[in-house]
Amino acid sequence: MITLEFVYWIMGLMVAGVAIVNLRDRTNPKRYNNAIFWGLYAASYLVGSRLPDFANGLIVIGMVLVLTIGKLGGAPPEEATRAEREASAARWKNLLFIPALAIPAVTVFGNIVFKKLNIGGVPLVDPKQVTLISLGVATVVALIVGLVLLRAPLISPVVESRRLLDAVSWAAVLPQTLAALGAMFALAGVGPIVAQILQRWIPLDTPFAVVATYTVGMALFTTIMGNAFAAFPVMTAAIGLPLIVGKFGGNVVVMAAVGMLSGFCGTLMTPMAANFNIVPVALLELPDSNAVIKTQIPTAILLLIANTAIMYFGVFRK
Amino acid sequence: MLPLIGIAIVVAGFALRLNPLLVVVTAALATGLAAGHGIVDVIASFGKAFTDSRTVGIVWLALPVIGLLERAGLKERAATVISSIRVATAGRVLLAYLAIRQITAALGLTSLGGHPQMVRPLIAPMAEGAAESRLGELTQETRYRIRANAAAVDNIGVFFGEDIFIAIGSILLIRGFLDQNNIHVEPAELAVWAVPTAICAFVIHAIRLIMLDRSLAAMNGEKK
Repeated sequence: MITLEFVYWIMGLMVAGVAIVNLRDRTNPKRYNNAIFWGLYAASYLVGSRLPDFANGLIVIGMVLVLTIGKLGGAPPEEATRAEREASAARWKNLLFIPALAIPAVTVFGNIVFKKLNIGGVPLVDPKQVTLISLGVATVVALIVGLVLLRAPLISPVVESRRLLDAVSWAAVLPQTLAALGAMFALAGVGPIVAQILQRWIPLDTPFAVVATYTVGMALFTTIMGNAFAAFPVMTAAIGLPLIVGKFGGNVVVMAAVGMLSGFCGTLMTPMAANFNIVPVALLELPDSNAVIKTQIPTAILLLIANTAIMYFGVFRK
Repeated sequence: MLPLIGIAIVVAGFALRLNPLLVVVTAALATGLAAGHGIVDVIASFGKAFTDSRTVGIVWLALPVIGLLERAGLKERAATVISSIRVATAGRVLLAYLAIRQITAALGLTSLGGHPQMVRPLIAPMAEGAAESRLGELTQETRYRIRANAAAVDNIGVFFGEDIFIAIGSILLIRGFLDQNNIHVEPAELAVWAVPTAICAFVIHAIRLIMLDRSLAAMNGEKK
């Protein structure tokens, strides 16, 4: 059976390749730092499942130490000039889109087909992880299609991955680290403490005040946690269920559905949601690290107001 | 109250503009220590949480093929194709992508987008190309603004489309949480109540994208 471990190996090999290209690049004065940083990250993918938890913790701490004390070198300039790329674009034309669109196409195809495949009753692909495994398979298929179509040398994707990954740099690891922070918050019982504070300090005696506190609270708590999934159980246990549903007789479905979507408004406004708001800044080479958040804030606030109205008029309807 | 120290470290760290990775790891370790666990336990719990979250990094697997195609001129080709469409503007390209992203996410196809595999190689160059063919050479500031908008559309489209699909993570989470509280709801009921917000999100952001076009035209003096 193909499990997630298979995808981790591919990922580990790619990141290891990036570490090796960095190590051999004499033009980068920080080449050893970059090589250690990506080498540790590769180890987390390649052997993380077999290492003790403590060793995995040390891997992350090691990466942070290299980053903080040694600093990382930036990405090398593109090897091909703009004129070369334009000439190449004119040569290959729309063929260039095929491998790029193969990623979503094969992911969706895999999602539908992999679930149904089995060999002697054993599923070919771990049924719980079909989407992620499909994505992993899709990137490999797209790469093979790209290499064959463009007749590119095998080393080329590794060199290009290094350029892109060093452009994103430490931000590539941030979303995963934030997910781990959320787990630590849960372990330490941060949620219930925040809920207690809210219930004690905010006057909640009219239906509108309760609804607005819940929607705005979902958004605010999501900006702190970086994730509406972490905010939802806390805010719903503190305000949604006891007050909106319990005290004022609101509809539980409307409360829960619109409550979660209010949290998503918070996700649009916080650097803690790094994979949505910080990673694209690095990927698109924007100088202002808050550029994406600033673009999203007006939509997020207007939509939060809309959500509050939707919940207020929907939740108490008989 | 003590475990809240992690939140304080995060807020202070971001305010002081320290490296976010350093801030987040420090906050995680401090939270564990404040909750009364020993240092070895805390590092082990954090290591386990980090290793369990490796799925989050899998999107980077798109980089080898995207890098290969960029080198072969993918971004340039995307810009050329879009500039041959006469009615295309940056705002309209992004508006079309917003609609596609919301609808496909509502059908459960959330993996049809994403910043590394769609926005950087295709959507952002298309929006920039459309603006360039209409407004002439763009300033670097304008390029940055269009790119930030491209990233935002991807987020808004997927966030406010996916909850209409009944088997998405957030619906399952809501259902699981309510089940624990002995309240049983059907995923389809929850999904129906995601529709009003999805419509509002589309309308609000569509208006902002149309305003983006106006503002770009005003700043750059539209070519006739």
